[in-house]
Amino acid sequence: MEKLINDFSFGLFFWQAIILVVLILLLRKFAWKPILDSLNSREDGIKNALLSAENARKEMQNLQADNEKLLNEARAQRDAMLKEAREIKEKIVLEASEEAQAKADKIVAKAQVIIENEKNAAMVDLKNQVATLSIEIAEKVIREQLSTTEKQHKLVEDMLADVTLK
Amino acid sequence: MKKDNTVKILLAIFLVFFSVNSYAQDHGVEHAENIDTEPHEGPGAINTKEEVTEYIDHHLQDSHYFNFFSDGSIGAHYGFSLPVILWDNGFKVFSAAEFHHGETLANVDGEYYKLYHNKIYKTNAEGDINYDEEGHATNVKPLDFSITKNVLAMLVVSLLMFIMFRGLASSYKNKDIPTGFGRVLEPLVIYVRDDIAKPNIGPKYRKYMGFLLTVFFFILILNLFGLTPLGINVTGNIAVTFCLALITFIIVQFSGNKHYWKHIFWMPGVPVPMKIVLMPIEVLGMITKPFALMIRLFANMTAGHVVVMSLLGLIVVFQNWIAGPAFFGFTLFISIIELLVAFLQAYIFTLLSALYIGMAVEDHDHHPEDHSDDIPVI
Repeated sequence: MEKLINDFSFGLFFWQAIILVVLILLLRKFAWKPILDSLNSREDGIKNALLSAENARKEMQNLQADNEKLLNEARAQRDAMLKEAREIKEKIVLEASEEAQAKADKIVAKAQVIIENEKNAAMVDLKNQVATLSIEIAEKVIREQLSTTEKQHKLVEDMLADVTLK
Repeated sequence: MKKDNTVKILLAIFLVFFSVNSYAQDHGVEHAENIDTEPHEGPGAINTKEEVTEYIDHHLQDSHYFNFFSDGSIGAHYGFSLPVILWDNGFKVFSAAEFHHGETLANVDGEYYKLYHNKIYKTNAEGDINYDEEGHATNVKPLDFSITKNVLAMLVVSLLMFIMFRGLASSYKNKDIPTGFGRVLEPLVIYVRDDIAKPNIGPKYRKYMGFLLTVFFFILILNLFGLTPLGINVTGNIAVTFCLALITFIIVQFSGNKHYWKHIFWMPGVPVPMKIVLMPIEVLGMITKPFALMIRLFANMTAGHVVVMSLLGLIVVFQNWIAGPAFFGFTLFISIIELLVAFLQAYIFTLLSALYIGMAVEDHDHHPEDHSDDIPVI
């Protein structure tokens, strides 16, 4: 301790004090203040940049979500439209086939009526012809049977034989 | 003469690879080759333990000369003399060259001064030094305001710091990121701000940044300079660390708020007799804190220099093939540790200064338990 006190140089202390105080004041004004200001402003800048990047990211996310929503809506709409179209198609096909059926039925029915009529006409015709033919045949037969007088007499006699007086 | 060659080779290796402090003193180690021819003669031959001890002592002290190396055999010193400024009934300014390294008296305006053990004494024309019974010189010591080696080192470091940090400051004008050496300095500045000032002082840290940054870099650069072969030992000087600690002390006392003073003179929350007992203890605590700062830096740097130089001295004392490389290795190892210590001591001094300032400016509106939230956990 005594050695320490003995070694203590007042001159050195004096210069050191002056140098240090002047150095602190000078550096404070010319170096530390601008350095710390720049560091702070840079850090603020970085902080802001990060913040805005984060905001942009969020906005992007929102946009993406919106897009997704729109896309989903569009898809749903498309599906609905397709479904509707399919239904319409089915309905049209069904209607068409029903109509065709009805028309066909109608044609068939008409044809049947016509056929019936034709058949009837033919039958009537046939009947007439058969009747005519029969009459002709009968005429011929009768004519043949009653061709002689004897036969005419025989007939009358047969007939008279059948007739019994009551 | 084979032995001499060995020493020469070893020293050559030294000077090339590793020259911490080895030849920056008044007495050069390189003249160990004179052992055989001039044993223990001449002012510079360092061969014995006593001479090594004296040599180390010498190195640790301030000097009026800035010597790069000396030739002990012929008493020649290579370096330059620094101005001596004395207050002895008026300023007396002359060059330390007039002392001729303590060999002659300086005659200034009819007064005689003698350089004795690195201190300037006023003597008679014959240069007699009177001693008291304990062997201390009793001659009058005029106030010595000389620009000594340490003052010069401090001036150079201050200039260097100003140039470096002015450069860093102006490099921000052009762009946000500094270029060149500023890239090394900027992280250190940020480190002092974020890891020393902010956690310890709190929101009022900005006001003390000038002091903390200056002191940090001042101590750091001087510590690092101490590891160079320039042979300066500024931060291992008690006057320097005293001044640094004194400035911390003054700043702490002037920043103290009413809570700080109340804690010292009238401790809240304890009974009145305890308040009275605590008062002197707290007052003592005000002084012991910077005192510890002063001693810590001084002792660490001095110890580092002593260890490095002792190991170097051992090479000269032993002078053989085994001890030479072995102690060279030890010195290298210790020097690397000293490099760490240089940073560590600058950090500790700044950190504790910040801590003491933090204690003085702390707000006691809320409970101390809540303070843990303020300190960022890193």
